[in-house]
Amino acid sequence: MFQILTKIFKTAGNVTPITKEDLQHTEIIQIGQEINKKVKKLFRGSLAIREVDAGSDNSCEQELVALSNPFYDVERYGIHFVASPKHADMLMVTGPVTRNMAEALRRAYNCTPTPKIVVAVGDDAINGGIYKGSYAILDGVQNVIPVDYSIPGDPPSPKTIMLHILKILGEYDK
Amino acid sequence: MNILFWTIQILFVPAVSPLMIGIIRKFKAMFQKRIGASIFQPYKDIIKLLNKDEVISKDASWIFRFAPYIIFCISILIGASIPIFTTSFSGLPTSEIIVVVYTLAIGTFFLALAGMDVGGAFGGFGSSREMTISAFAEGGLIFSLLTIALISGSTNLFNISNNILLIQGKSIISLILAMGGFILILLAETKRFPFDNPSTHLELTMIHEAMTIEHSGKKLALLEWAAANKLAIFSILLINMFFPWGIATNFDILSIMVGFVSLIVKILIVLFGIAFLESTIAKFRFFRLPDLLLDAYIINILAICLIPVL
Amino acid sequence: MISNNIDFILLLSIFLLGALLSLIFRRNDRLANYCANGLAIIGSIWGIVLALRHITNGYYTNLSLEIPALRVLSFSIRIDNLSAFFIFIISLITLFASIYAIGYVQHYYKKYCIGTLGFFYNIFILGMLLVVSSSNAVLFLVAWEVMSVASYFLVIYDNNNPKNVKAGLVYLVMTHVATAFIIILFLILFKFTGSFDFEIIKLTQATIPAYIKDIVFVLALIGFGTKAGIIPVHIWLPSAHPAAPSHVSALMSGVMIKTGIFMMIRMFLDILQPVPVWWGYTVLIIGVISSLLGVILALTEHDIKRLLAYHSIENIGIIMLGIGSSLIFSSMNLNSFALVGLIAALFHTLNHAVFKSLLFLCAGSVINKTNTSNMAEYGGIIKYMPLTALFFLVGSMAISALPPFNGFYSEWITFQSLFQGIAVTDITTKILFSLSAGGLAFTGGFALMCFVKVFGITFLARPRSIKINKVKESSFSMLIGMGGFAIISLIFGVYSSFIVKTIKQIVVDMTVFRENVDTNAINLTNSININNNFADVSGIWVFLALSIALVSTVFVFKFIINRKQKIVTGETWDCGTDLTPRMEITSTAFASSMIRILRRVVGPIVTKEVKFDKDNLKYFPKSIQFDFKINDIYGKYIYKPITDSVSWISLLVKRIQGGNTNIYIMYILLVLLIALILLL
Repeated sequence: MFQILTKIFKTAGNVTPITKEDLQHTEIIQIGQEINKKVKKLFRGSLAIREVDAGSDNSCEQELVALSNPFYDVERYGIHFVASPKHADMLMVTGPVTRNMAEALRRAYNCTPTPKIVVAVGDDAINGGIYKGSYAILDGVQNVIPVDYSIPGDPPSPKTIMLHILKILGEYDK
Repeated sequence: MNILFWTIQILFVPAVSPLMIGIIRKFKAMFQKRIGASIFQPYKDIIKLLNKDEVISKDASWIFRFAPYIIFCISILIGASIPIFTTSFSGLPTSEIIVVVYTLAIGTFFLALAGMDVGGAFGGFGSSREMTISAFAEGGLIFSLLTIALISGSTNLFNISNNILLIQGKSIISLILAMGGFILILLAETKRFPFDNPSTHLELTMIHEAMTIEHSGKKLALLEWAAANKLAIFSILLINMFFPWGIATNFDILSIMVGFVSLIVKILIVLFGIAFLESTIAKFRFFRLPDLLLDAYIINILAICLIPVL
Repeated sequence: MISNNIDFILLLSIFLLGALLSLIFRRNDRLANYCANGLAIIGSIWGIVLALRHITNGYYTNLSLEIPALRVLSFSIRIDNLSAFFIFIISLITLFASIYAIGYVQHYYKKYCIGTLGFFYNIFILGMLLVVSSSNAVLFLVAWEVMSVASYFLVIYDNNNPKNVKAGLVYLVMTHVATAFIIILFLILFKFTGSFDFEIIKLTQATIPAYIKDIVFVLALIGFGTKAGIIPVHIWLPSAHPAAPSHVSALMSGVMIKTGIFMMIRMFLDILQPVPVWWGYTVLIIGVISSLLGVILALTEHDIKRLLAYHSIENIGIIMLGIGSSLIFSSMNLNSFALVGLIAALFHTLNHAVFKSLLFLCAGSVINKTNTSNMAEYGGIIKYMPLTALFFLVGSMAISALPPFNGFYSEWITFQSLFQGIAVTDITTKILFSLSAGGLAFTGGFALMCFVKVFGITFLARPRSIKINKVKESSFSMLIGMGGFAIISLIFGVYSSFIVKTIKQIVVDMTVFRENVDTNAINLTNSININNNFADVSGIWVFLALSIALVSTVFVFKFIINRKQKIVTGETWDCGTDLTPRMEITSTAFASSMIRILRRVVGPIVTKEVKFDKDNLKYFPKSIQFDFKINDIYGKYIYKPITDSVSWISLLVKRIQGGNTNIYIMYILLVLLIALILLL
């Protein structure tokens, strides 16, 4: 136990900062209708994200998992990942939506209570990415459930994902 | 003066409990060398959940719809019946040790039923595990409260708190043993390490979370808040029953201030202890947990036998 | 004290009339049903009035019939406060059980003879009434036999099912073995006091030597304990109670086993006082073991009525805890605490009768509609039988001792009497009391878990079999029967202090408390107050506090905060797969963690048989059969050795009957020779 304690005290804190500059340089890609300002304000302090893997190659998952580590620490903005879509406000979908996961994705969407935001993360989720045209996939999340925003990248880095989420919620948007 | 006192007594626990959860999370974040959410984050979570809509399974009956209200009202009722910063009060009708234990059991009963109600795969075994732990924890809980009741000669919570202040040196060992037993029960009932991980995502490791997986919106807000209330209730019981020095014994403004400040300091120590435990040890395997709870019971029997004969 | 003998004779004759009429009209099912149950209802109302008159107005019934030529066959009935209390319990349960039965018995029309059901039902109640009021050992034994035999016929009533007949046989054998012990008991008392009359025995029992009294104690414990259902003589209970029709199960479980408790209280605390302290220790230990083992075995059951029968064993254990602590205190001359213990036992007797009958009646309704008593085939019944589910919920909360229902208050007083034991006794007794109180605490926890399981699996989630599709709500009379018990359960909880005050008046009259009792140990105004404010609980205020909290929470959160919330009905979250009813939790699975933890006590036997596609390559299983059974410890280690040794002895003795006439003549000569030698 004391080894852990000494390690904790010796390690320097190293959280990646997010500045206003970064946010100004980020463009969010809006696919569906603009999310209501009231909804954005409701989620601004506390966002519960449910991550749905619709047949992805796990590259985006790794980046999403990295969001909760001590470097990127997405919790400082009140954002946390939850275990059930019924607790969630935002669905982050990764993967090009294989045929076998299409129904599961629809059920997760139906189980999420309104108001909700759907974000497609990664090029695969937007339009099929490098797997586009394959017989096994449905070429992007927007063919299965209505998508509101998308985050491009293969995979997008955790900092990019965080900037996009903050921009979607309109934080620092005074 | 009376109205003010009643308002504070009723509203203290629900008002402060999300803050306590926030402080534990902040301590844990500090241990992990990250910034973490602000200590007021649970308030924002609850307010957001109260403003969301709900999705309820078509297999749910009135028990599912009604249970969160029952569980929350039980936690508020017990929160109002415990001594918080003064002991000069005869207490509510529920301020008696056995009544407190069994009233909290009503909450557990309905939570377990609501978990089984929708017929999902997770709620059922969550209920099963929760009831197994709770069955073993009841013995330890009744006995740790009984030990201090016997030392102080009354089973009313306020009288116990008052009389422990006047404790003589001979009963200190029993008090310490009873406190040790109660700490184990606190961890069991509030579903903290080593009994349950409150922030897990893996359904096979969930106990409390598995039962709340189907709730959303207002019901989820009430359940989360009730769980926070339970943590607050057990922490305040630990502080004011087993270590009440600093608490006010009359309605004097100065002593109430002192009582308030000492309560805050002691709560912070308890929260730091819980966060420390969560950051250094791992969650125990499920079948090792009843051993821990029976240990709590046996420690308390030992404490009772060591009370010098009255 | 007003003497009033006519009332009781009237009571007995109403039930006798009901029995005879139902036998006379046995060709007509409906008429027999109404006669039997209708007269039982009238009789039970009269019984309640009679009992209340006795308790509150000091009425006194004393009947006796002496036949000088046959001295031992005198006939005497004496109803003092304790008997009146038990008559009240019998009548109350009979009232609602009979109302329930009017609707319930209809599903036996055309299958069995309703006339015989009505006949044995009324005779059974008659027997019970005579058992608690008789004051003479011979009359007592006659009434005891009437009660046992009538209930045997009721247990095997549904005789198309061979399990019921076997259950009846086990019950008959066990109850007659118990009666044998009781007969020996009374014969020993007759030898030393010269009379079969209870009052005379009470007056002359000081002359009985101490070791004889100890033998009497053991005989009484086994004899009356078998009827009560203590461990280890309980094995008839889990088979017999489920076999009977449900309203009879309610009566057997709620009232008949209490007659065993009644006689134990009568014997130990009234007639044979003063007693040595080890009697109290024994009763206390038996109480702890019965309650813990009863509830643990209940957890392993998946047949709903067997489960409820095991819970009866558990509650008898709790009542024995109260009696045991009372005995210990009275032997230590702490009579005021003994008062608390006895009040706890009597109050729990009353409460258990009410909520156990409620649970059996609800279980009967469910079994009636689904034609199965296996919980693995239930599920989702709350949508088809909402009122039955509500009453079962009330019963579950009452038996798990949750406020504001009545079970909580009687367990509270039991706890208080055990706490007083911990506080004021020396170290060995203190440890015994601590272990008993711990046993009671754990029993409460396990019972809560068991009833979450029963209620959840029976009524909640989705149906697990297609038998549920045809389920409809119970008929009106059945609903009134169940609803009556549910409301009484709540009322007894809320007004618990008044009921305890009445019980205190009853108890103060008993011999053990005649001298030096400080009745301030338990004070009752509108709250129950133990030992000068050591502990205090008020039924009314707790109920008010809970209701106010609930109403204000619902009001604030449903109608004030976020009124515009939309609630959408969707699917259960199943991680995106197809959720079938087979994926819900089952009763075996619910209890499996507990069974694994307690495996040394319960002894589960798990067998797994796997059949593979290709036997030489064991890669792809074709089918898996998984068997999960509970070891029958009592049968294997206690009863089978006893029955085997009895059979072995009988086989040995058989050799005396050689069949050869010459051997018989030799026996006669031998006996004559020995008799001659003894005479000389």
